[in-house]
Amino acid sequence: MKIAVCMKRVPDTATRLTFAPDGQSIDTSEVQWVISPYDEFAIEEALRIRERHGEGSVTVITVGTESSTKELRQALGMGVDDAVLASSEEPLDPIQTARALASILESRADDVVLFGRQAVDSQGAQVGALVARLLDRPFVNDIAAISIEGDQVRIEREVEGGREVIEGPLPIVVGADKSLNDPRYPKLKEIMKAKKKPIEIVTPETGAPALETIALTPPPPRPEGRIVGEGPDAVEELIRVLREEAKVI
Amino acid sequence: MEQFEGSDFYNLDDLLTEEQRLIRDTVREFVDDQVVPCIEDCFMTDRFPLQIIPTLGELGLLGANLNGYDCAGLDNISYGLIMQELERGDSGVRSFVSVQGGLVMYPIHRYGSDEQKDKFLPQLASGKMIGCFGLTEPDHGSDPSGMITHAVEDGDEYVLNGNKMWITNGCISDVAVVWAKLDDRIRGFLVEKGSPGFTTTKQEKKFSLRASTTSELHFQDCRIPKANLLPGADGLAGPLTCLTQARYGIAWGVVGSAMACFDAAKKYSLSRIQFDRPIGGFQLVQAKLAEMLSEITKAQLLCLRLAQLKDSGKMTAQQVSLSKRNNVYWALEIARSARDLLGANGVTHEYPVGRHMLNLESVKTYEGTHDIHTLILGHEITGIPAYK
Ligand SMILES: Cc1cc2nc3c(=O)[nH]c(=O)nc-3n(C[C@H](O)[C@H](O)[C@H](O)COP(=O)(O)OP(=O)(O)OC[C@H]3O[C@@H](n4cnc5c(N)ncnc54)[C@H](O)[C@@H]3O)c2cc1C
Ligand SMILES: Cc1cc2nc3c(=O)[nH]c(=O)nc-3n(C[C@H](O)[C@H](O)[C@H](O)COP(=O)(O)OP(=O)(O)OC[C@H]3O[C@@H](n4cnc5c(N)ncnc54)[C@H](O)[C@@H]3O)c2cc1C
Repeated sequence: MKIAVCMKRVPDTATRLTFAPDGQSIDTSEVQWVISPYDEFAIEEALRIRERHGEGSVTVITVGTESSTKELRQALGMGVDDAVLASSEEPLDPIQTARALASILESRADDVVLFGRQAVDSQGAQVGALVARLLDRPFVNDIAAISIEGDQVRIEREVEGGREVIEGPLPIVVGADKSLNDPRYPKLKEIMKAKKKPIEIVTPETGAPALETIALTPPPPRPEGRIVGEGPDAVEELIRVLREEAKVI
Repeated sequence: MEQFEGSDFYNLDDLLTEEQRLIRDTVREFVDDQVVPCIEDCFMTDRFPLQIIPTLGELGLLGANLNGYDCAGLDNISYGLIMQELERGDSGVRSFVSVQGGLVMYPIHRYGSDEQKDKFLPQLASGKMIGCFGLTEPDHGSDPSGMITHAVEDGDEYVLNGNKMWITNGCISDVAVVWAKLDDRIRGFLVEKGSPGFTTTKQEKKFSLRASTTSELHFQDCRIPKANLLPGADGLAGPLTCLTQARYGIAWGVVGSAMACFDAAKKYSLSRIQFDRPIGGFQLVQAKLAEMLSEITKAQLLCLRLAQLKDSGKMTAQQVSLSKRNNVYWALEIARSARDLLGANGVTHEYPVGRHMLNLESVKTYEGTHDIHTLILGHEITGIPAYK
């Protein structure tokens, strides 16, 4: 069983973001980076698939700056076998990222490629689908369960009021949802061992961007709230305001 | 509660390796997930969160700076960062790990026979066994050399008599490292749970380290096999060397409590409005916050240098005394100051500050009281011992 996980490092959601002076990017100098949480589910699931099958390998791949090695080592510490860094100091748009990943994945012949359902910084939710298209493999996003029997894969997704079941042959590309599992902590001994595990650094083919960032602006400040009263007496007025002014009920 | 942010005013992260930062972040996340949610209840109900022990073992936090026997074999900066993050959660959790690693596994690792190492160390590293360290007695605290507990040979066994008090993990332990006199020399004995004549009593009514179990150990004609004597430890230096290990961890650990208190006080000062503005805008409040950050930063620098000395084998016990004394003193001052800034909220368990403040009173006393470390430094400076 050969498995690849595509992982993105994103600013920790607790980090306060500020814009860079150019007005087109985020100032990353003070940012605390973490593995995008959905990608952690993808890594955990990859390890569980390998463990269930008793053999195989899990490779973690990221596109990013050289300092992404910390997050790669975290994945290695969780038990991933090896890591690939597609090095790019420039920020890439989704299709460029997808091309970079596809160029690495193309020759690997993985049975399963896992993504997180979306990265929690840009919230694009497209790279998994784009990569699947470039590789001409089927893609299922938001998976809640996955099991593999021979060359057949069975996937479950949460849908309104139930679970959707999808079956088909390998290879497959999937996007992990948070109901998939509960990711393990990296073990300290594995973190130390990860120091000796290889991180392959490649310079990927990215092609031209399809998106251009013109400007980043903060959302307009929220207008100040209004206290319509206190205690049970305020309920009537609150309902009136919600209905007539805010028009939300 | 908002998410904890560590303090790093001097960009000390730049001095850490990728692995060290990863270890720190892993333990921080573990503490957020598994310690913070339960610790207040543990403190209120006077119990250790036993359910975290398997994860402590699995992660490799027990005896993390020891080599072999399933230990993680980490450098001493990583080890210190672990202590810092655990104590950010609670001093009781850090105490558990300090005792297990620095005071139980370390003496077995350093002074034990091969059989003792094989039997106990992997079990202690995984958390399947819990250990405690019995040095202090009801009438002998700062001056353990006067201890009464003693052992006599009887055939294939030693027979122990005496009492130990204030023993962390005592009644939840599977094995106790007990220091007792044999032919008037202080020796270390491994006393296993269930040994005939060995009983424990939980010490109640503490207002500090309530999330840590503290116990009395009683030895009444307690019989243990001769093979349970630590062959390599002879004299007071045995337990004192262990204490140096644990004190090293405390020097780092309390930086975690101080950071937790500073973090809470800073956030509170920015959100609490009095006299029409955030109290963080008043000079007196800023003076307190400035002092907290200064002392945290100084303590961090002491720790880092001490770690370098320890890793290079040059660290002295007196250097550890300076850091333990300084860092605990300031962590307690910072906790008190943070308590003050939280006003009436500071005396509640809505915030972790009061708990840290109470815990640090024990940390100031155990592993050599503040003043005993003053005397150790005074001895070092002048060459004149002033203990007696
Ligand atoms: C929560 C908790 C957990 C503990 N866990 C453990 C454990 O796991 N194992 C263990 O063995 N012990 C443990 N201890 C015991 C701890 O190490 C002792 O409390 C400590 O050594 C002080 O001893 P004492 O309490 O007898 O105080 P004393 O030695 O009686 O000291 C009382 C006061 O006198 C001062 N004093 C003493 N001698 C001098 C002197 N020569 N000059 C000036 N001042 C002096 C001290 O500084 C202190 O202020 C624990 C204690 C606590 C509170
Ligand atoms: C156990 C207990 C019992 C109490 N009983 C009563 C009672 O019976 N009746 C009653 O009315 N109240 C009572 N109180 C409330 C008590 O009087 C208030 O807690 C106290 O006045 C402080 O107010 P606060 O808690 O809102 O803190 P805050 O006023 O919010 O103060 C927080 C911090 O900011 C500092 N600060 C505030 N303003 C400034 C400034 N301008 N410059 C510099 N620093 C500033 C304060 O010194 C403090 O460190 C009680 C409190 C407690 C804890």
